[in-house]
Amino acid sequence: MEADKIIVTAVGLIGTVFIYWFFLMKNEKEVAVTDSVDITVEGGYSPSIISIPKDKTTKINFIRKDQSACLEEVVLGDFKIRKYLPLNQKVTIELTPRQEGEFEYACGMNMYHGKIIVK
Amino acid sequence: MLETKKTFSIKGMHCASCVNLLEQALKKVTGVSHANVNLATTKATITYDSQQVTDEHLSSAVASVGYHAMINEELKSENEEEAEKQKELKNLRTKVIVSLGLGTLILWGSFPGLMNTAPAILQNFLAQLLLATPVQFWAGLSFYRATVSALRHRTANMDTLVVIGTTVAYIYSAFVTVLPDVVRNIGVEAFPYFDVATIIIGLILLGRYFEAKVKAGTSEAIKKLIGLQAKTARVIRDGKEMDIPISEVVIGDLIRVRPGEKIPVDGIIVDGESSIDESMVTGESMPVDKSKNDIVVGATMNKTGSFTCKATKVGQETMLAQIIALVQEAQGSKAPIQRLADLVSSYFVPIVIMLAIATFVVWYDFGPTPVITFALLNTVAVLIIACPCAMGLATPTAIMVGTGKGATNGILIKDAKSLETAHKISTIIFDKTGTLTKGRPEVTDIVPISVIPSKSSEQALRVSKDLNRDELLQLAGSIEKGSEHSLAEAIVKETESKQFTLFKVEKFQAIPGHGVHGVVNGKRIVFGNKRLMDKEGIDVSAAGSEISTMERNGKTVMMIGADNTLLGLIAVADIIKESAREALEALQKLGIEVVMITGDNQRTANAIGHSLGITRILSEVLPDQKEEEVRKIQAEGKIVAMVGDGINDAPALAAADVGIAMGTGTDVAIEAADITLINKDLKSVAAALVLSKKTMGTIRMNLVWAFGYNIILIPVAMGVLYPFFHILLNPIFASVAMATSSISVVLNSLLLKRKKIVPSNT
Repeated sequence: MEADKIIVTAVGLIGTVFIYWFFLMKNEKEVAVTDSVDITVEGGYSPSIISIPKDKTTKINFIRKDQSACLEEVVLGDFKIRKYLPLNQKVTIELTPRQEGEFEYACGMNMYHGKIIVK
Repeated sequence: MLETKKTFSIKGMHCASCVNLLEQALKKVTGVSHANVNLATTKATITYDSQQVTDEHLSSAVASVGYHAMINEELKSENEEEAEKQKELKNLRTKVIVSLGLGTLILWGSFPGLMNTAPAILQNFLAQLLLATPVQFWAGLSFYRATVSALRHRTANMDTLVVIGTTVAYIYSAFVTVLPDVVRNIGVEAFPYFDVATIIIGLILLGRYFEAKVKAGTSEAIKKLIGLQAKTARVIRDGKEMDIPISEVVIGDLIRVRPGEKIPVDGIIVDGESSIDESMVTGESMPVDKSKNDIVVGATMNKTGSFTCKATKVGQETMLAQIIALVQEAQGSKAPIQRLADLVSSYFVPIVIMLAIATFVVWYDFGPTPVITFALLNTVAVLIIACPCAMGLATPTAIMVGTGKGATNGILIKDAKSLETAHKISTIIFDKTGTLTKGRPEVTDIVPISVIPSKSSEQALRVSKDLNRDELLQLAGSIEKGSEHSLAEAIVKETESKQFTLFKVEKFQAIPGHGVHGVVNGKRIVFGNKRLMDKEGIDVSAAGSEISTMERNGKTVMMIGADNTLLGLIAVADIIKESAREALEALQKLGIEVVMITGDNQRTANAIGHSLGITRILSEVLPDQKEEEVRKIQAEGKIVAMVGDGINDAPALAAADVGIAMGTGTDVAIEAADITLINKDLKSVAAALVLSKKTMGTIRMNLVWAFGYNIILIPVAMGVLYPFFHILLNPIFASVAMATSSISVVLNSLLLKRKKIVPSNT
């Protein structure tokens, strides 16, 4: 095999491993929330994993700063909430979970994901 | 002075001192008697004189201290939302036009076969670079922005794929344009692919433009419901009639509704009568006649008469507001069928990037010459053809259209899960009383035997062989007037409807479990069941065959006697609803087993059940045993729906796989039921199942299309067909396919709107 092919193959392999590590092996930190939390919607949700107390009302404020049409809606399927997020405006969602567990939420097209852990 | 209360949001509040400042500013407005500002909710609540204070006064008072009042927030935010969407669409359109325009010029100057007809300037690589650059970095800026912010969170999406694909094509092209010799030295022809980068950006933006347009159609039902709301109400306060905004109507307000007007809020008629078209809210097609003490529903149309009603529910409490909230909730919920798409979408983009890398390496290492060209174009095609959006849109768009269609037909579906389960139902249990039947007994037969009161001598009873049904009813009605039994109510109602004058009854007495007796015109009259007749020593054997025939037909037979003689029989029965037979037929046509459940005795239950063609009848079931019966049928492996009135049947509704409640008036029994039929039409049970089947069909088709598209076309873009058929996918065609795939999913969901769900009458 010629040198250039060996280089391309090696770079490809490294690239694949990097992609796997970068996207699929990330360790996200959970943010514990008591009363309210601001979640910035920009290329995803940050913080993307929050934990909230059971049987208490927690305010989750979404602020979209990303123009991407994908993020214009947030869907909290387990809580039956689908909200339009106007650009640069705070949209508050109040949750009073009655059940413990992990609940995923996502953008309208299901590309970006976040998680709410009820404890 | 007319005191009104109002709450509105204030924008720009940060600290406790804002509260004081705002309260003082609001109190300074002439006519405002009380102002309270809450920092936590950033809302102000004021009490004011609606004749003196306008919204403008309040807005300017708030603005004078540097804040912004959102007085008609709902209205405003919706308009803003719409305006923002329109602006985005316009912006998108400009970008589409510019990028496709410039892209076409580049394509003309570089496409083999076409380029010879193009002016020399377009064939110049440097000119192409100049044309491609604004498309790449101005029209494509949104892709870059989204990618950068996604990468910061270590996530990737469709924009990431577009950015990688087009940037690779653009940079390679720029490189061969600026440094052609370097490329030629390694034996590759210096030919740029600016057309690929620009046309892809243009087409994907075009796809987004159309997608945004058609997606608006999926939430149309909600907009339609919101649009039903009346804007103003004509209230009577202090004897004066005035038109006020609907938001200012308070509970207890008297509202005048004239012919042709929309009823502003939920209320109860206090004066007047009219025919009201409720189809827009409940889906019930026939206008309903209403008079004093009848409930009217906000947003329905008053047709002929004029009436005054008292507001009983306003704002978020009205039936329409509740329906809107319910539909919104359902549209935000997730269907279990979506799970796989959810799982796939979270790994999809990184996997596509890895596949693209593999494509490049394999084509570079083993592909035909010029390897760099093949490797590059195929890699770009893989990145561009992958379409995770179609998978993400497949289920929610269909759910949105399906639940919206349900709502416009008077079928409220609680969540996507109920909609999904409904299509699997194999058995439907109907509660008898109030669901299949009207729930209130009515007089069905009046059979005089021999004795009737005389018309001519009004105070006397005489013996006659003529059978006069009216007089028997008149007598029964008179004696039953004092009774509180539900069967008595049916008889009294019947006499009232015929406008009979009742006789005076003396020494009235009710004997529980037997009937009643009293003295009419000096004669002792007894009225009740066979037990009472036995007790009184009245022989009923002459009417024996008639009694048993009526009882076999599910009727309750009461006997009337005087002077130890049987005068006649009156039968009472709960009447079957007109729509019941048709509704059950429609279900049986769908292949669904129908079961009837009732607390009635076996004979009555069988009579009603058989007349409806029901073969499986569960009789003598106490209310608290209904839930157990549901579970028993579930244990047979059936998927069970329970249809009831939602209030008494709550445990059974909850136990069933799908609980269907018949909505009554404004009491939408939302909590216990999965599906509420606000049109109270039994035929809607079948319609709900058909809707569920059609929606699930659409979802399946969408998912098959979205998954199939990616599973088939990604390998084609990688070049798996090349060794056998020499087929490769041009990246430009890949972008066309990508742009159309998500639009087709949304369009397919919109097709649901046109599907017929209500069974026809023929």
